[in-house]
Amino acid sequence: MANLDDLYRDIILDHYRSPRNRGELPPPARRVEGFNPLCGDELVLYVDVRDGVLVDIKMTGHGCSISQASSSLMSAAVKGRPLDEVHATIESFKTMMGLREASLSEGRPDDDDASDLRSMKEINALAGVVKFPVRIKCATLAWNTLEQALAEPS
Amino acid sequence: MTSYDPRRVRIDTPVLERVINGHPIAYLDSASSSLPPRTVIEAVSRYYELHHANVHRGVFQTANEATEIYEGARAAAARYINAPGGADEIVFTKNTTEAFNLLANSWGVANLRAGDVVLISEMEHHANIVPWFHLRDRVGIEVRFIPVGDDFRLDLSNLESLMRGVKLVSLTGMSNVLGTINPIGDLARVAHEHGALMAVDGAQWVAHGVTDVVAADIDFLAFSGHKMLGPTGIGVFWTRTALLEAMPPFLGGGGMIADVRLDGYVPADGPARFEAGTPPIAEAAGLAAALRYLENLGPAAIVAHERALTADALARLHGEFAGRVRIIGPLDTVDRGGVISLDVEGVHPHDVAQVLDQYGVCVRPGHHCAKPLMRRFGLAATARASFGPYSLTRDTDALIDALGHALTLFS
Repeated sequence: MANLDDLYRDIILDHYRSPRNRGELPPPARRVEGFNPLCGDELVLYVDVRDGVLVDIKMTGHGCSISQASSSLMSAAVKGRPLDEVHATIESFKTMMGLREASLSEGRPDDDDASDLRSMKEINALAGVVKFPVRIKCATLAWNTLEQALAEPS
Repeated sequence: MTSYDPRRVRIDTPVLERVINGHPIAYLDSASSSLPPRTVIEAVSRYYELHHANVHRGVFQTANEATEIYEGARAAAARYINAPGGADEIVFTKNTTEAFNLLANSWGVANLRAGDVVLISEMEHHANIVPWFHLRDRVGIEVRFIPVGDDFRLDLSNLESLMRGVKLVSLTGMSNVLGTINPIGDLARVAHEHGALMAVDGAQWVAHGVTDVVAADIDFLAFSGHKMLGPTGIGVFWTRTALLEAMPPFLGGGGMIADVRLDGYVPADGPARFEAGTPPIAEAAGLAAALRYLENLGPAAIVAHERALTADALARLHGEFAGRVRIIGPLDTVDRGGVISLDVEGVHPHDVAQVLDQYGVCVRPGHHCAKPLMRRFGLAATARASFGPYSLTRDTDALIDALGHALTLFS
């Protein structure tokens, strides 16, 4: 039986109540919208990429605790990181959500010896979401939106 | 004289024996889909076990039995809503949504011209909005909305000016979000005074009311079997014989023709003209059983029970959670059904429903296919609890208890 505590970890509730990196960024930061039509979740992501580094990230929007906490955790984990590390983090997250096959060559987020180890570990608080399959789309909204923002030509 | 006892209905309903996450199920999602009693499940099984064959034109015995079952369901549906022309006025569809698509694509395309107005409301389900937008884009009709007031009821103060150019008034009988029951009879009279016709979304109205299309003096009605203890996959479109006979076919194919040649076809007469392809036969058997079951219970008695449950739930939710849980709908039970939409302070509806599920309480989070209404009240979603003929105050007890847990978790 899936336990509610697996879903609503303290870290998640903390990020839901006090979301990090809320707000907007002016151009030339990229602005991308993400929607979850089934639940009405909306996210507007602002991403400032310079010289291959995700210099800054901010967001507005509304949604459930899982989508809000996931976007907040994501922003803390990717802010200030080189793009290749950002992409690796996205991949790790999607693997954790069961959306990617885990590959041996890929490090798990907690194996990463990058400086921002703490925020990487915090993302693992979302691991319990996979026990609640209908909520996976809540957790992935921010990450798909970020992927979309990075895919846009600058 | 009826024999209605909700505890008896509970015993008749197998899903209510379930234990969810260690708690007896508190099923509060009947506005989405109601739970079938054993008699409905057995009617579907019996059809497949004993009678299954395709309907119409069969000569062998089971084909005749299948046809009798299917046509018998048509007669049962006609009786249930007091269709003046009987079974010949009942068209079986997949659901309420398909019935509205039939109305728009058949009657609408044949009778509406550019500039004609279809008057709906802000509290409609998407099923009574999107087909009219399709027609607006194809034919150039205008889709006009009756606003909803802060009292969660239709704002009819400007009805006279809204009626200008209206050819069809198409309204929900009972909101699937607010619980509001609309004054359909009064609005039908206004529509007719202006030379317009009146269509009713009966998905909730028929399931949670006493339906008499003659007394309400309406022209079109759509409803779904699964919202009234029947199976999924079958709905009903009703209109008066004279209107039905003038409606062109919508879906084409087998079963809806009188003749087909190399240069064209002649459509069948009667409801068959709108039932292309093999129809939902087993579902019709189940629907007929559901209608019989409801008739035995007595729809008026069910309405009274659901009203009492709603009054109790509204008072207790207000009393327990005043200020923290806002009820999106009327707080009284005058012209109001057993649908209670909740806006819980600081807790997203998905999280409300998730926590409630942990306690076996089934409520629906989301926009309930009524996004214009959600926008009207500045909401993205609500958590909605709704009653059925098997609901008891113990379901409300479970709801209130679990809501307390949700508020504690997110406080």
